Amino acid sequence: MGLDKIWVFAETDGAAVATISLEMLAKAREIAGTVEVFMGCDGEDYATELGDHGAEAVYCTGDLDGALQGVSVASAVANAIQRGDVDAPDAFMLGTTQNGRDVAARLSVKLQSPVITNIVDLVLDGDDLLGSEPIFGGTTDVMTKNISDNPGIFLVRPKSFTAQAVGAAEAMLEDLEVGDLGAVGAARIIDTFAEESQGPKLDEANIVVSGGRGLGAKEAYAMIEELAGSLGAAPGASRAIVDAGWVPYSYQVGQTGKVVKPTVYIACGISGATQHLVGMKGSKHIIAINSDSEAPIFAVADLGIVGDVHKVVPKLIETLSD
Amino acid sequence: MKIVVCVKQIPDPADPGALDPESKTLVRDQKLILDESDSYGVEMALQLADANGEGSVHLVSMAPDNQIAGLRTALAMGADSATLVSDEALKGSDALSTARVLAAAIARSEPDLVLAATESSDGYTGTVPEMMAEFLELPSVTFAKAVTVDGNVAKVKRQTEAGYDDVHCPLPAVVSVTAGVVEPRYPSFKGIMSAKSKPLDQLGVSDLGIEPGSVGWAGGNQEIVRIADAPSRAAGEVFEDEGDAHERIVAFLEDLKVL
Repeated sequence: MGLDKIWVFAETDGAAVATISLEMLAKAREIAGTVEVFMGCDGEDYATELGDHGAEAVYCTGDLDGALQGVSVASAVANAIQRGDVDAPDAFMLGTTQNGRDVAARLSVKLQSPVITNIVDLVLDGDDLLGSEPIFGGTTDVMTKNISDNPGIFLVRPKSFTAQAVGAAEAMLEDLEVGDLGAVGAARIIDTFAEESQGPKLDEANIVVSGGRGLGAKEAYAMIEELAGSLGAAPGASRAIVDAGWVPYSYQVGQTGKVVKPTVYIACGISGATQHLVGMKGSKHIIAINSDSEAPIFAVADLGIVGDVHKVVPKLIETLSD
Repeated sequence: MKIVVCVKQIPDPADPGALDPESKTLVRDQKLILDESDSYGVEMALQLADANGEGSVHLVSMAPDNQIAGLRTALAMGADSATLVSDEALKGSDALSTARVLAAAIARSEPDLVLAATESSDGYTGTVPEMMAEFLELPSVTFAKAVTVDGNVAKVKRQTEAGYDDVHCPLPAVVSVTAGVVEPRYPSFKGIMSAKSKPLDQLGVSDLGIEPGSVGWAGGNQEIVRIADAPSRAAGEVFEDEGDAHERIVAFLEDLKVL
């Protein structure tokens, strides 16, 4: 058994297709006979890569000229389905990203389809597609299915699946017409800024060193960056210190930040709130340094150090530099 | 400028409750509090209303059993008035039902700006603000890390995977704000006292012109099929630092051949 057709929302990362989109394509191929992609940009430069990952067709809005993807893509898809220009898929998959969530939410209202969120796995159960969501910090899995008459919308967390090229031909390009949205589509992107961090990318690094509130002060984060530097690691952070303004959001690991699965994750002064655990407990090996022996982070750590980060980390940096 | 802020009242995250195996919903028999994520939206609204000079801040919340403690906290911070939608028919509501009900409650005040948190601390679907915008037929900007209002335009720094975008959006609009967007104030003693006499409307779904059978369990579009324990990580070793912790860490890393 399997589904006839899944539509995957593809996003881009510069000239390449975003990793999350390729991960979803790999899963979509497993559960559906036909996999097609929809995207809120000009798709021409991405059709080869998307085809290579199993997409047969790519439905594109074309350049949105600064309009936001959420309202534009959702309107275009709903119109195409309601006009009968395309056959509705059995399910939609979108990444848990800013634009993925916007498109899913607008589409949900337009099609009266439920959004099943925070999905880390999709399982076929007869004709039903079940989304698996971890709750309570990943100690419990909840399996949910769509019971409406309309296609289910699944919001998938990054790193849930492994991207894999299949060597298929370039995907066919198809148009998705946005049309004039009037006031509801009036928001415009005026300018775009990137926040660059040093060293490897947080969600791709082999080692991640993260700091939390246990560092005590913004200045202490410098030692996290120094330790990361000496290990060739990416520096990360808990939500608490991002909210406090010590480091930018792009450093955040967790539910509302990046999901990371490095070979080694080193948590310094992080207590291990659910919010954080969800983003890093898939790491292969976890080292935790925290002064509170009761901190939940120790329940997931392979090596736990009950101690003062201000003592342990500087000595670690010194030893590594010898 | 009329600002409506959506606030969710949630169980204390320090005591997250449990899933009822029968109904597969969160068991929340304790008193609900203001979701910390929403304190940022309330603060943002208060600051924008101040900057505007003629601004007012109205709260909208949906909660079981007429719970209002979280709304009182937000009123004590300085919001002017509140609407609570509470109805047996809303039990089991998914994001779509929730957004529909909130949108109907919001529409009554004809606001210039609707603020919400990007996601709640308990359900974290992160879809309700954008769904409300669709129901209200309004433009929206989600994941705002800074918001100013200039005349009839909201100017928003919107978080992206790589950094942020400057987005301009004509009002009326829905904006969802991230935690940390502003520093929420603590309610003053005077604020707490005056909150008790501020207007607080309590509505049911039929007051909003919504058919009770179209929301909650009856109107649900998704169903939990099963709940299972997730495979847990094997517990590792925990040591007290006696001045040699760094050596243990180096040895651990050497074993993994990552140095």
